[in-house]
Amino acid sequence: MNVVTRAPAPDLAAIRAQFPILSETIRGKKLVFLDSAASAQKPRAVIEAMVHAMEHQYANVHRGLHWMSERATEAYEGTRDAVARLINARDRHEIVFTGNSTGAINLLAHSYGRGVLKPGQAVVISGMEHHSNIVPWQMLRDAHGIELRVAPITDAGELDFPAFEDLLRDGRVGLVAITHMSNVLGTYTPAERIVAVAHAHGAKVMFDGSQAIVHRRVDVQALDADFYVFTGHKLYGPTGIGVLWGRRELLEAMPPFMGGGDMISSVSYERSTWAEVPHKFEAGTPAILESIGLGAAIGFVESIGYGAIAAHEASLTDHALARLGGIEGVNVIGRAQDRGGVVSFTLDRAHAHDVATLLDRQGIAVRAGHHCAEPLMRRLGLDSTARASFGIYTTHEEIDALADALTRVREFFA
Amino acid sequence: MMFDDLRDLYQEVILDHGRRPRHGTRLAAFDATAKGDNPMCGDRVQVFVRRDAQGRVAEAGFEARGCAISVASADLMAEVVAGRTQDEVRVLAKEFGNMARTGQAPEGDAAMERLRPLAGVHEYPSRVKCATLPWHALLAALDGQGGASSE
Repeated sequence: MNVVTRAPAPDLAAIRAQFPILSETIRGKKLVFLDSAASAQKPRAVIEAMVHAMEHQYANVHRGLHWMSERATEAYEGTRDAVARLINARDRHEIVFTGNSTGAINLLAHSYGRGVLKPGQAVVISGMEHHSNIVPWQMLRDAHGIELRVAPITDAGELDFPAFEDLLRDGRVGLVAITHMSNVLGTYTPAERIVAVAHAHGAKVMFDGSQAIVHRRVDVQALDADFYVFTGHKLYGPTGIGVLWGRRELLEAMPPFMGGGDMISSVSYERSTWAEVPHKFEAGTPAILESIGLGAAIGFVESIGYGAIAAHEASLTDHALARLGGIEGVNVIGRAQDRGGVVSFTLDRAHAHDVATLLDRQGIAVRAGHHCAEPLMRRLGLDSTARASFGIYTTHEEIDALADALTRVREFFA
Repeated sequence: MMFDDLRDLYQEVILDHGRRPRHGTRLAAFDATAKGDNPMCGDRVQVFVRRDAQGRVAEAGFEARGCAISVASADLMAEVVAGRTQDEVRVLAKEFGNMARTGQAPEGDAAMERLRPLAGVHEYPSRVKCATLPWHALLAALDGQGGASSE
């Protein structure tokens, strides 16, 4: 099923021991947390880094000419270096901190969309986007005369590549904004092929890596991407911090999104001038503590290594597909060849919300609903699905627990 | 019972009415209707009401796409409001909403006793709206509004 680089299996017990919340019980049952794609749990390293900063070296950044501010600034900018290393950015100035992926995409839609794209040009998204990669482009369309095109997906839940390429042929597409991994179907999109075709037709490419970067190494230079966004809280970091990576020359050509402190070079009542990238895009006091947490999360991920993460999660996904596929009445949604640790499913005769509630009664946390992807749901002919998603701490036994619990739910609604 | 741990919310009456609603059809003749929509989860219900000459709710029906809780709630609602004045329906809607949020309902009221199996949703804040959505739609229909949202 999944082709992965074999890496030594991670010491799962040792990894789980780093997540305090995993020893919680829910209604007397051991927590089985299968909702990491919505937000991942936090390792002790992240928790302690943020607490340590608050207890020992907290002040505002880029402002104070004093010891505390210097330390906080070092930590904040240190995370920028960590992110650049994580995604192999050429230049640390290409890393812009935002509130989350949504903030990053809105920044891009506003600044690149209104400042660089011209009315009459088009943006291409795919048929399996999260609302956060749909709505900002609709707003751009309506405000700036940009056409929004949607590349369809196949019944297997993969990008319909020939149809995608057809959308680029007239040369009017300025930007392809597409998921790197679907939060509903688990599908990895063929990123290198997308970039090659888009560039051949004169379009830039932004990947929404909110899910993808959790499960596999992302190398923005190897992808030859133009923009890449992700959020900290799905990558074992805190909420409130996300990343927009962009090629430096593209970021420099973009006007600021928000105005305020920290993003200026000089201000007078007549005119202001902008700071260099990335600060031009970081108006106001940033998420200082959250950046420190994200830095610790990246350190945690690197300590395990993407090879081990990808191998473990591919094994979990194969196991889940086999177990769920073996339960009569369970329908796995999405059959992509290349997929990450997200498995959506429906159960005959039971609504996804009832399934989720009944699983919760058995201590198992899954998400149910449209997963912020209503157009995809309509394409699939569904109102909602239940979704189990995995993290580095997820065990095969937890997937067995899900399968056993689902068997009970099926009998319950029989 | 094998499913004792799952029965507090999903009592037999809910499973039964969720699976086989008695009033889950568009009325052949109706003089008021409204849609209810829960944008957070995608549940949708449309309620149909036929009133008699005195303005009482003679009959109610619904079409729904949603979970067992929302369908059972719509079905039990259609059952208990039949034959009631609009003022009585509004009182019931208020008491039901209160019960869904708190688990408490006035004793000795036959209609509320019929609805009481749904009281278990109060322990599941994310599911309260599943139970109350049909009532919001019913009130919107009686008020002559086209739709109601759970939000």
